[in-house]
Amino acid sequence: MCGIVGLFLKDKSLEPKLGAMLSDMLVIMTDRGPDSAGIAIYGAPSDGRAKITVQSARPAVDFAGLEALLKPVDASVVVELKSTHAVIAADAMQAAAVRDLLAQARPDVRVMGSGDSVEIYKEVGLPRDVVARFGIREMGGTHGIGHTRMATESAVTTLGAHPFSTGADQCLVHNGSLSNHNNLRRELVREGMTFETQNDSEVAAAYLTAEMAKGKDLGQALTSALDDLDGFFTFVVGTKSGFGVVRDPIACKPAVMAETDQYIAFGSEYRALVNLPGIEDARVWEPEPATVYFWDHEKAA
Amino acid sequence: MDISVNRESLEAMRVFDLATMPLRELNSALHAIAPGTNDTNFEVVNPRGSHAVAVGIDQPVSVDVRGSVGYYCAGMNDGGTVTVHGSAGPGVAENMMSGTVVIEGDASQYAGATGRGGLLVIKGNAASRCGISMKGIDIVVHGSIGHMSAFMGQSGHLVVLGDAGDALGDSLYEAKLFVRGEVKSLGADCIEKELRPEHLEKLAELLEKAGVKDVKPTEFKRYGSARKLYNFNIDNAEAY
Repeated sequence: MCGIVGLFLKDKSLEPKLGAMLSDMLVIMTDRGPDSAGIAIYGAPSDGRAKITVQSARPAVDFAGLEALLKPVDASVVVELKSTHAVIAADAMQAAAVRDLLAQARPDVRVMGSGDSVEIYKEVGLPRDVVARFGIREMGGTHGIGHTRMATESAVTTLGAHPFSTGADQCLVHNGSLSNHNNLRRELVREGMTFETQNDSEVAAAYLTAEMAKGKDLGQALTSALDDLDGFFTFVVGTKSGFGVVRDPIACKPAVMAETDQYIAFGSEYRALVNLPGIEDARVWEPEPATVYFWDHEKAA
Repeated sequence: MDISVNRESLEAMRVFDLATMPLRELNSALHAIAPGTNDTNFEVVNPRGSHAVAVGIDQPVSVDVRGSVGYYCAGMNDGGTVTVHGSAGPGVAENMMSGTVVIEGDASQYAGATGRGGLLVIKGNAASRCGISMKGIDIVVHGSIGHMSAFMGQSGHLVVLGDAGDALGDSLYEAKLFVRGEVKSLGADCIEKELRPEHLEKLAELLEKAGVKDVKPTEFKRYGSARKLYNFNIDNAEAY
């Protein structure tokens, strides 16, 4: 059992409240999983800038003087510290060089996610504490996903927390357990993907990244996942401008969705949705098994 | 002010606001009802997807839930009448013994699972595994039902005015299934059967109880067990 939530805003006036809305949704799901919690927030990208969210078990050591350390590679770099995480904003052209230097100089620092717009925060502990630690409620954005974990497939660690991000601006949360992840991981490694954990959900994220790298859009990648992933899953996936949901054909992992003129929302349970504005009049439905749902800000515009 | 009238109306309808009181207060009050009491009308407001609302009723009380509920609403109901004026999460009316449960909206997976008696009416759609392992419950769904419904159903009736998903009635025993729309596929050992007069009579009775009008029993098809998988036979090994 895990709790997953997602929120994709259509109404721009709600964007400043994305973090607060998503935090409320996730905190209500706490009793579905007490081990770790995480949230990915997609903020407005700014031209030519990249964001890298990093984490350290020893932030006082690893983050000390980090900005100064990275300046020689990119004079414009800005490091914002948030508890055990830091968000490095850099010139997009220099982002790879910044990551290389970081990996070399601070080998214990882990990259949680990177891209033009995503920031990913995850830690061991309850959703309430995790969202407070990183100030998620104050964050605005266009869409986001969240997860509270009851661990089954790998250790209760920060790296084992969701969302998993395996590509730029891509991330995934998962309720369920995959049964063919070891084999799939081997195949993906052969294709050049790298893995941080032994977690099954990370394999699902990497699979979608690899499929999208072949030119598929999120919807097409999720459709392929139905053929290639074996096991139980309800996935909620974010990309830079998109938001997708898919359940396995057996569909025993719960899911409920709501749509109004203002948003599309996902929750493991209806409880997660009850505080959303206008929920009384929303179209509320249970996503069908083996059916791909996805929305895209760019395609809608 | 006429106090006696107020007291009477208070006794007639007890309101539980789940936004301000714990769920246990509602369920404890329902469990404390003695046989023969007049205190039989309850209203639940602000359920907001709560789990286990009005479970374990064992007296002929009436509970109106104003809003949508989460897991296991009205589970184990024995003689009560529970109406959800909204939708229900997984396992609504699970293991019902007797009484009536009405869902005005949709129901999530395994509605009426393992039910031994009573009537479950779902006015919207039901998701997968509706009536799984049913053992005597009657279920009437005004809309459609999802895959693997009535799996291993042993007795009782499942009536569906809309369509049924994949693998309807897989490994069915003696539950009787009636579907008015399309059946996407039948499960192992489930076959279409003849609608005989006694089935039409039962259908008419269930449709009336469930408040269905303008639908004739003759519009349904009946599905039941081919009875080939009751006992293990090596010749049927492929079908399991």
